[in-house]
Amino acid sequence: MIRWISPAALNRRGMLNMNRRNVSYIARYNERSAYPLVDNKLKTKLIAAEYDVSTPKLRQVVSQQHEISHFRERVEDLAGFAIKPAKGSGGKGIMVITGRDDDRFVKASGATVSLASLERHLSNILAGLYSLGGAPDVAIVEDLIQCSSTLTDFSFQGVPDIRIVVFRGYPVMAMLRLATRASDGKANLHQGAIGVGIDIASGQSLNAVQFNRPVSHHPDTGLALEHIHIQEWHTMLVMASRCYEATGLGYMGADLVLDQNSGPTLLELNARPGLAIQMANGKGLLPRLKYIEGLKRTHLTPEARVEYAMSVFSHTGALYTPPKKTSSSRVPA
Amino acid sequence: MKSRYPFYIAVALLIIAGLGLATLRHVELGIPWLSGDERPVWLVEARIDFQASGEPVLVSLNLPDNPPGFHVLSEQAASPGYGFSIIEEEGDRRGEWSIREASGAQTLYYKAQFVPDPDVRPPQPKKPPQPETIYWEEPQATAANEVLELAAAKSSTPESMTRELIKLIRSTDPNQNTALLLSGNRPVDVLSRLLNHADIPARISEGIMLEDARRRQPLRPFLQIYDGDSWLTFNPQSGEQGLPENVLLWNRDTTSLLDVMGGNQSVVSFAMLRQTVPALQLARAEAIDSGLGFLSLYQLPIEEQSMFRMLLLLPLGAMVVAFMRIVIGIRTSGTFMPVLIAVAFLQTSLLPGLVTFISVVTIGLLLRGYLSSLNLLLVSRISTLIILVIFMSTAISIVGYQMGFNTGMTVTFFPMVILAWTIERMSILWEEEGPHEVVVQGAGSLLVATLAYLLMDAPLARHLTFNFPELHLVILAIILLLGQYTGYKLSELRRFYPMKVYE
Repeated sequence: MIRWISPAALNRRGMLNMNRRNVSYIARYNERSAYPLVDNKLKTKLIAAEYDVSTPKLRQVVSQQHEISHFRERVEDLAGFAIKPAKGSGGKGIMVITGRDDDRFVKASGATVSLASLERHLSNILAGLYSLGGAPDVAIVEDLIQCSSTLTDFSFQGVPDIRIVVFRGYPVMAMLRLATRASDGKANLHQGAIGVGIDIASGQSLNAVQFNRPVSHHPDTGLALEHIHIQEWHTMLVMASRCYEATGLGYMGADLVLDQNSGPTLLELNARPGLAIQMANGKGLLPRLKYIEGLKRTHLTPEARVEYAMSVFSHTGALYTPPKKTSSSRVPA
Repeated sequence: MKSRYPFYIAVALLIIAGLGLATLRHVELGIPWLSGDERPVWLVEARIDFQASGEPVLVSLNLPDNPPGFHVLSEQAASPGYGFSIIEEEGDRRGEWSIREASGAQTLYYKAQFVPDPDVRPPQPKKPPQPETIYWEEPQATAANEVLELAAAKSSTPESMTRELIKLIRSTDPNQNTALLLSGNRPVDVLSRLLNHADIPARISEGIMLEDARRRQPLRPFLQIYDGDSWLTFNPQSGEQGLPENVLLWNRDTTSLLDVMGGNQSVVSFAMLRQTVPALQLARAEAIDSGLGFLSLYQLPIEEQSMFRMLLLLPLGAMVVAFMRIVIGIRTSGTFMPVLIAVAFLQTSLLPGLVTFISVVTIGLLLRGYLSSLNLLLVSRISTLIILVIFMSTAISIVGYQMGFNTGMTVTFFPMVILAWTIERMSILWEEEGPHEVVVQGAGSLLVATLAYLLMDAPLARHLTFNFPELHLVILAIILLLGQYTGYKLSELRRFYPMKVYE
């Protein structure tokens, strides 16, 4: 049975839709010239490092076909690593190796793959199989994320990551993405991962959805999704906010993880973040975006912006009108 | 925030320009809005018979030139062995047949198509014609003067004078004077002389009554007088003023209708046929010499015309894709893949196209699955796939031909690249997102392609896009407006349905 919601009802909730996202936010606030920075994970890592945003340690870059033969010796002493296409999007072409089983490599799912199939994967990446438009690509090999124990339990196999939508440098909405059996250990919502809305003000979980339907418990681990609290929440928000200075992108999604050893780590940036975050939060993005658009002067430092966002975008606060004169007094000079 | 006004003004201008030009061309060139429109056309054939006397022959026939109420669509002469040319002298068109030697009965034909067009007016004389000087001999001179006095007494203008004269001449019981004038003369000649004598420029023009499928029709004389402004036509029999709609004035002025040198017993007779010609064909034939004709594609070589016929349908398909993706929110594989598939459908027609497309893509997906297990490089895999697709479409063509389906042949119209690329894209999609997404995007592409095909294949769409290329400005405007649509897609109303929970 097909169920519908009226456009008026969506408007009331301030749901951002794809057309408006594309026209009014991505096209207006994102410079095209900045796209390669986020579309290329290698460039993202380099620029993030400049702005004190930590990313997984880079082990190897395979950019030529003949370098593939050296791949083996260079990962010899690594127990786990992740192979990513630099220009891949939406998690395409990412292969996570968690260990060894004699000659074979163990994937996150537990299945093993041969060296040959890893090499073929690298070759596919170089040929541009996973890049936008099939452009030639490079493969990067990174250290595996050691997911913080506070979150591991909630995710089936894959590393849970936190998507924060950053608008003009202000974190406006966040969600935690948990892999499920259905999503094959990936944290992509449309593949069946669970999205858990996170309160900007507290880092506390709100409600959760899977396949756009509300859920209360993780279907694979059976854990309740109600009272998750993200550690080092403030640091994460500041890191996400810094990416605005790093890239200049006015509207983007920052994907972060909480590493056991190095704390909040940036996985990747996205210049065209999806809309499902609204479902996970049970709130539309529009009022918050309009609120930021209505600011007479924006805050200059990431810390100040995070401070401000935490004060106005709390889940409990009702936010429907852009700031008037009263709120401008809060903006520091 | 940038002002949107210039954008909307530009869009409005595009729409106005597109519709305006189309309307203008419709009015000016008569290009019909619908393809089925038909217009009457009169095919008139003048047949000249004479006996040649074994000498060089020169036949000269007066040809109609801008007859009021008609324009000439086409003309041609048929006459074996004769040279033919059309000569214009002093605003008079004459057709001339010539031959070095001819003897015996000769028949020459001149055929012309006339399109009724109420807007055609005869050209204004450059200088006002002067009445001819008429010489009468007694007792006609006295009779003429008396008749003119009688008519002048009852009239005030050249027109009323003419009417009165016609009444007098055509009167059932003619008085002595008119009887005298008419003896041995055609009434129309008498009228013309009388009028000229009365200082009213008058002439005799000849016309044919247009009636469908009539043969051996003679020309009928019409009396024309000049009222100081233009020539007015009178029926010398009834005195009716004005030229009846079904009369085609063949020659104006008193120049001879036919001159034959080197022959005798010459006769001209006319046959006519009412044809209906598709209005479009008419417009096309006329487009060449019309001011707005340069905007149409009719002057291009036929080969290019048929290419443009196809090319000009693409914007329609693009509009369908834009609408389906932006407003409805149907997912397709690739942005304009559906348009390309729809173009291929135009060649194969819908059902065979769908069947071949689905079967080739399905077989291709299976083969590609095998290829990827062979551990090949991507480039060589796609290349292999293209060759396999060629094999497959060849096989389908041969099998189709052997089984007697002509449609098998048309699969070759499916560009290989479309098929190979679709297969490659679909198989990547399969690996990454699973078969569900392949079905969703594949079905979405085919649905949009089918809709685009149905629109592009509509006779009206084919007619309008080719004959009114300026309507593409309107399509452009619509697509630009679609690009401004920031509302919810239809699919989002379903996607965001769970938001109802958070009321």
